[in-house]
Amino acid sequence: MNAVDKTKIKAKSNPVMKFIYHFASPKHFYRISGKLIPWLGWLAAILIIVGSIDGLFFAPVDYQQGDSYRIIFVHVPAAWMSMFIYMVMATAGAIGLIWKIKLADVVASSSAPIGAAFTFLALVTGSIWGKPMWGAWWVWDARLTAELILLFLYLGYMALEAAIEDPRAAARACAILAIVGVINIPIIHYSVEWWNTLHQGATVTKFDKPSIHVSMLIPLLLMALGFKLYYATVVLVRARNKVLYAEQNNSWVKEIVNQNN
Amino acid sequence: MYNAFFSLIKRDLRLAFRHKSEILNPLFFFVIVVTLFPLGISPEKQTLAEIGPGIIWVAALLASMLSFDSLFRSDFDDGTLELMLLSEYPLSILVLAKIIVHWLITGFPIIIFSPLLGTVMFLSNDAIETLMITLLLGTPILSLIGAIGMALVVALKRGGMLLSLLVLPLYIPVLIFSSNAVGSSMAGLSISGQLYFLAAFLIFCITLAPIATSAALRVSLE
Repeated sequence: MNAVDKTKIKAKSNPVMKFIYHFASPKHFYRISGKLIPWLGWLAAILIIVGSIDGLFFAPVDYQQGDSYRIIFVHVPAAWMSMFIYMVMATAGAIGLIWKIKLADVVASSSAPIGAAFTFLALVTGSIWGKPMWGAWWVWDARLTAELILLFLYLGYMALEAAIEDPRAAARACAILAIVGVINIPIIHYSVEWWNTLHQGATVTKFDKPSIHVSMLIPLLLMALGFKLYYATVVLVRARNKVLYAEQNNSWVKEIVNQNN
Repeated sequence: MYNAFFSLIKRDLRLAFRHKSEILNPLFFFVIVVTLFPLGISPEKQTLAEIGPGIIWVAALLASMLSFDSLFRSDFDDGTLELMLLSEYPLSILVLAKIIVHWLITGFPIIIFSPLLGTVMFLSNDAIETLMITLLLGTPILSLIGAIGMALVVALKRGGMLLSLLVLPLYIPVLIFSSNAVGSSMAGLSISGQLYFLAAFLIFCITLAPIATSAALRVSLE
C-alpha cells in the first residue's frame, strides 16, 4: 500500500473529510455542478447587465476624467479577477497536491485560461483608458508591469501544462509552479506603495474613507460580483467537461452518454 | 547529513572542473551579450553609463538562465538523481548543495568579471561596487529560483525554452531592485532599501526554494 492510499484511508475516517471526498467525487461534482451552472450563469448575466447600465448611464461624470473613467467598471473588476483567479489556482493546486483530490487539480487547470483572459482584458482596457488620460497606450509603471508579469505567469503555467503529457504529473507540476508564482501576487499588490509611479493609488480598499463616490462604487461592485459569478460558471463548465473526459471509462459517464444518444 | 551535503558539493565541483566549458561558457556568454549593446545602441559614454546597470544585469540573468541544463540534466540522464531521491537524506538539503555549486560555477565568475564590464560601460566606482554587491545578493536568488523551474522541466525533452517562460517572470523583482540600486548609486542616492529587499528575498529563497525544488523533482521523476 503506498502513501497516497494511506492518507486517503486516514482522511476517510474523519467525517468532515468524508463529506469533502464525497462531494469531490467526479460523479457528485458532475451532478451538483449541472444544477448550479444555470443559476450562477443567469445571476452573472443579470449583475453584469445591471452593473454596465448603471455604470455607463447613471453613475455621475468624473470631475477630472470626464466620461472616459467609465472603463473602470470593466477594468478594475477584471484586474481584481486576474489576481483572484491566480489565488484560486494556487489554492486548488495546493489542495490537489496535499489531499490528492483530483477535482482540485481540474479546477486549477480549468481556471488558468480564464485568468489569463481576465488579465489580458485588464491590460487592454487599462491601455485604452491610458491613451486619453496619460497620453500613451502603455507606460512602464509598476502596476502595469506587474499585471503584465501576471499574464506571463499564466502563460508559463499553461505552457507547462501543455508540455507534460501525463495529466496527473502535469497537474502536480503546475500546482508547484502556481504556488511559487503566488509570491508575485503580493508584489503586484504592494508595488503601488513600493514604486509609486504613474498609476493612481487604490481607491476602493480604503474602507475607513473610500475616495470613490458611492454612486460609482455600486456599479463597480455589481460588476465585480458579476465577474466573479461569471468565472464560477465558466470554471464549472470547463471542469465538468474535463471530469467527463477523464472519467470516460466509468459506468456513470457511459450512462449519461447513453441517455443523451 | 553534513557529510552528504559536503561530499555532494565536492563531487559536483569536481565534475564541473572536469568539464571546464560548463564554467567558461556562461561567462563568455555574459561578456559577449554585454559587448553587443554598445555595438547595437551607441558607444557614447553617457548612453552606456545610463543603460549599463540594466544591461549587465539582464546579461547576468540570461547567462544564469542558459546554464541550468548543467544543474540536473546529466544527473537525470544517468540516474543519479533517482538515487538521490531514494537516499536517506532530505532531498532539499541535497538540492541545496547542487544549487550552491551551480552558483559557484556560474554566478561567482560573473561577479568576478563584473567590475571589468562595469568599467567598459563607464559606470562610476561607487556604481561598480554596488553592482558587485547586488550581484552577490542577486545571483544566488537566480540559481535558487531557476532550480525550481529546472526541476519542473527536467524530464521533458525540449525543456529549455519552457524553462525561460517559467522562470524569467519570477526573476523580474531581482532585476528591478538590482539595476535600480546601481542606477541610484550612480546618482549618489541611498541604496540601502534595495539592498535590504534583495537580502530579504535571498533569505526567503534559501529557505523555501530547495523545498519547492525537491517537490518538483519528485513530480518529474515519478
